[in-house]
Amino acid sequence: MESNLITEDKQKNKLEKALEILKTMASKPSGLIGLTIVLFHVILALISPYIAPYDYKAISPNTMLLAPSAEHWFGTDSLGRDVFTRTILGGRTALTVTFFGSLIALLWGGLLGIFCGLVGGKIDDVVMRVVDAFLSIPWILAMLLIVSLLGTSTEVLIPALGFFYGKGIVRVARAATHDVIAKDFIVSARARGHSNMSIIWNEIIPNVRDAILVEGAMRWSWMLLGFSSLSFLGFGVSPPTPDWGLMISNARGLMSFAYWSVIAPIVGLSSLIIGINLTADAFAKALGIDRSTKAPV
Amino acid sequence: MSEIIESVKNLSIGFNSQKGKQISILRNVSTNIKKGETVGIVGESGSGKSTLALAMMGYIKQGLFPLKGQCLFKSEDLLKMSSRQLEKIRGRKIAMIPQNAGQALTPNLKIGYQIDEALRLHTDLNKTERDKKISELLNKVRLPSPETMAFRYPHELSGGQQQRVAVAMALAGKPDLLLLDEPTTGLDVTTQAHVLELLRFIAKDTGTSMIYVSHDLGAIAQVSDRIVVMYAGEIVLEGPARKILKEPIHPYTYGLLKSIPKLSLAGLPASMPGSQPQPGSINEGCSFYDRCNLATDHCKKNSPDLEHIKELDTNVRCFNHKELINQNNNLQTSITKKSNNSEAIEVLKLKDVSISYAKQKFFDQLFNKISDQNPTVKDINIDIKKGETIALVGESGSGKSTILKSIAGLLKTKDGQIKFENDRILSSDLKMRNPNDLRAIQLIFQNPDESLNPNHTVEQILSQPLKLYFNLSGEELKKNIIDLLKKVRLGEFYMSRYPRQLSGGEKQRVAVARAFAAKPDIILCDEVTSALDVSVQAAVLNLLQQLKEDLGTTYVFVSHDLAVVRAISDRVAVLYQGRLCEIGPSQNVYKFPSHPYTEVLLGAVLEPDPDIKPKLVAEDIVEEKPPEKGCSFQGRCPRKIGDICNLEVPPWQIGENGNAIRCHINIDELASLQQ
Ligand SMILES: Nc1ncnc2c1ncn2[C@@H]1O[C@H](COP(=O)(O)OP(=O)(O)OP(=O)(O)O)[C@@H](O)[C@H]1O
Ligand code: SF4
Ligand code: SF4
Ligand SMILES: [Mg+2]
Repeated sequence: MESNLITEDKQKNKLEKALEILKTMASKPSGLIGLTIVLFHVILALISPYIAPYDYKAISPNTMLLAPSAEHWFGTDSLGRDVFTRTILGGRTALTVTFFGSLIALLWGGLLGIFCGLVGGKIDDVVMRVVDAFLSIPWILAMLLIVSLLGTSTEVLIPALGFFYGKGIVRVARAATHDVIAKDFIVSARARGHSNMSIIWNEIIPNVRDAILVEGAMRWSWMLLGFSSLSFLGFGVSPPTPDWGLMISNARGLMSFAYWSVIAPIVGLSSLIIGINLTADAFAKALGIDRSTKAPV
Repeated sequence: MSEIIESVKNLSIGFNSQKGKQISILRNVSTNIKKGETVGIVGESGSGKSTLALAMMGYIKQGLFPLKGQCLFKSEDLLKMSSRQLEKIRGRKIAMIPQNAGQALTPNLKIGYQIDEALRLHTDLNKTERDKKISELLNKVRLPSPETMAFRYPHELSGGQQQRVAVAMALAGKPDLLLLDEPTTGLDVTTQAHVLELLRFIAKDTGTSMIYVSHDLGAIAQVSDRIVVMYAGEIVLEGPARKILKEPIHPYTYGLLKSIPKLSLAGLPASMPGSQPQPGSINEGCSFYDRCNLATDHCKKNSPDLEHIKELDTNVRCFNHKELINQNNNLQTSITKKSNNSEAIEVLKLKDVSISYAKQKFFDQLFNKISDQNPTVKDINIDIKKGETIALVGESGSGKSTILKSIAGLLKTKDGQIKFENDRILSSDLKMRNPNDLRAIQLIFQNPDESLNPNHTVEQILSQPLKLYFNLSGEELKKNIIDLLKKVRLGEFYMSRYPRQLSGGEKQRVAVARAFAAKPDIILCDEVTSALDVSVQAAVLNLLQQLKEDLGTTYVFVSHDLAVVRAISDRVAVLYQGRLCEIGPSQNVYKFPSHPYTEVLLGAVLEPDPDIKPKLVAEDIVEEKPPEKGCSFQGRCPRKIGDICNLEVPPWQIGENGNAIRCHINIDELASLQQ
């Protein structure tokens, strides 16, 4: 309401605008906490190879299942590897895979959604049916099939996850495009004779971008959970790569007497998911998008 | 002196800005509503009129809060009441009728049931008494066949009928005070006149006090005993309706009345400069200072108080109101426009144009043919001359926008041709038109909020056509943009603004500039002023006229407002259900003889003058689709002569004034009937 009432005379460039959004996000406690958590994880992922005290794959029978101590802050696991080292390194794969996975999801989901919203009619119907059909396949089964056929390398995981998590973005992008497409400024551009590409690029994308980005951020946290579930089931990254899902899976049998080997990765994973979630929410609020009314199907 | 029902005392309402500043949107408002009296509250959008009206029923919108003052309903302060106490008053003692009754009615419940609910909630009647009351109420609001009406769903009623149901529901609790917030805005002219007449009748019949909030002085003039004029959150003038409308002694009200186009006047209304200040931006002095032509240095530093003028029974907030009285100003003047050269050549011809929205059948689709015996728009023949302004008028659904879209190539025609310059046929498919034809015909839309991309700056918006048609870039592009802005009287600094940082009038100026950027021959204007405040509307109309005189552009101007059309157009075409009824030079269309539909429309125009009452000659029914045969107006025509109207399409007759009328009644006879 305020921005309508009081016109801000000061004009802002893109960078200033991004900073403004960040500031708004950080102005609420939940946004600030979310941002801090995400930032912490990102920094950790970047610097962990340099600060890790031990070799993450060094197996040593002498140090099996040691409780936390000054040498091994988080203790050691059943193969004698340092849990602290593996925990701080464990976020790297998850973050990288899901970040690029989300990008792919955004790209194909966003573009297909905009396309469907734009053309409407029969084509839209058919495409959405197909998307829905894919939606109804339990994704985890499909993922299992894919990785058992193609292996568990990141080159397989990133596009596969991106594909499965993009379908929700299709819906959001399509709905947002539908809202925009009826507006007179699109009619005006069409009447002037602009090409479809130019209309998509100039008129539609700037108006649906925010909704799609927010959805993408939300999907990121879900994808993280999905990716970790895969690892947990043994279909994610392969050992000995340090990974939270894998660590939890390996250590869960030892929980009753070596709780330390499972707590650290659980805290790592859940804090990152919560952090991304809070950030995405704050991001949505800062952009003025009400997620409660635009909830994906 | 009769009893005071509600009294507002020194009320201020405001909100906290993000920067923690307290900003008031209602400042020190005091007024009284007497028993049986109808008070009209008038003001432009953002003047605080709705906030005031809502506060009068103890309701403060979320985010706002009362800063000081009281709303005393029968000497109890509504603003201090608990929600429990308010519940007892709302609906029973004070009832409200919202702007859009269609949305306020529950869609899946029958009308009768909804009125029954209201009765159950607000009265102690038993079932049989309530049933009787329902039909009584439906009768009172003059709904046709009240017995069956009770069993209909809201969507089965027209807008006017829904508004009547809302009135019936509001009357259910026998309120002492009825609040109406823009109850007729958005309704068709004829419907509006009917609803207002009903309200007038109910006020008299039941003795209910009413508060009528509207931006439309024409509507206010028809119902009010007293008028309160709001500007920037303050009352600037208050007094008996007749005094306010005939001898406005506040410069804003005077300017407002001058800026309303009137049927009796050819030529453009005078416009006021500038626009209403934003809340929070007034620091000192009179809030009308920068738009006032009587302003002195004294006004800049000091804010005037509301002063009571005994002999006029009026309160006015102006230091120099005496000057306005002495000036003996005449409200009945307008700006004459340069008439255009009638010898001019034709630039655009619509020949037998029909347009259909019917879903195409499979085979027709294959052969690219549209078969519809009864299309939305049929047999339109109009020749448009270079440099003229031709207006298309008619009520909602008459096909005005449909025709414009076809001319722009956005909608395929079913039959007929659209010819441009030297009888060259324009393809009805946008993609098949050559770029130069696309450039030559530009559109301006009704609502600038929708027609400007909210994520583009003014610079980006204006550079689109310049890049597309003229391949401009760099310094040259910028120079052109600045020139365009200058043309629509906006400064260079507007370039970096986003639409949300502009006022309604400024946005529409940008839309006008974008159309002119293409250096078009023809501009299609679809209700371009109806989303604007009157004072801003006058300015935009003047701007359009000025640009046209300078550049020789041709306008096709669509509007439902006959007075606006009268002001701007050289020629008028009247449409009913997608069929032409009458076409001719505008001064003659407004003279009798007229087509019976034109007569109905003219009768329903609301003038801001208590002495000119609308003439309601036809029912305000809404027809779903045009009749299959005969005259398009047969369903509502008050002068219908018989079967011939139902069976045969009436012939064109040319009157001595040069306007063509399509009716079975002989034109001379029509003239004598309408005397
Ligand atoms: N896309 C559409 N599909 C089907 N029918 C339509 C469509 N658009 C308009 N119509 C119908 O065509 C008729 C003419 O509509 P149009 O919008 O041209 O009227 P108008 O004179 O511009 O009315 P208004 O004053 O409300 O803008 C109406 O009956 C309307 O319901
Ligand atoms: S007080 Fe001065 S500025 Fe205000 S309305 Fe009167 S003359 Fe105009
Ligand atoms: S032809 Fe008949 S129905 Fe049509 S306008 Fe004339 S009198 Fe009325
Ligand atoms: Mg229209």
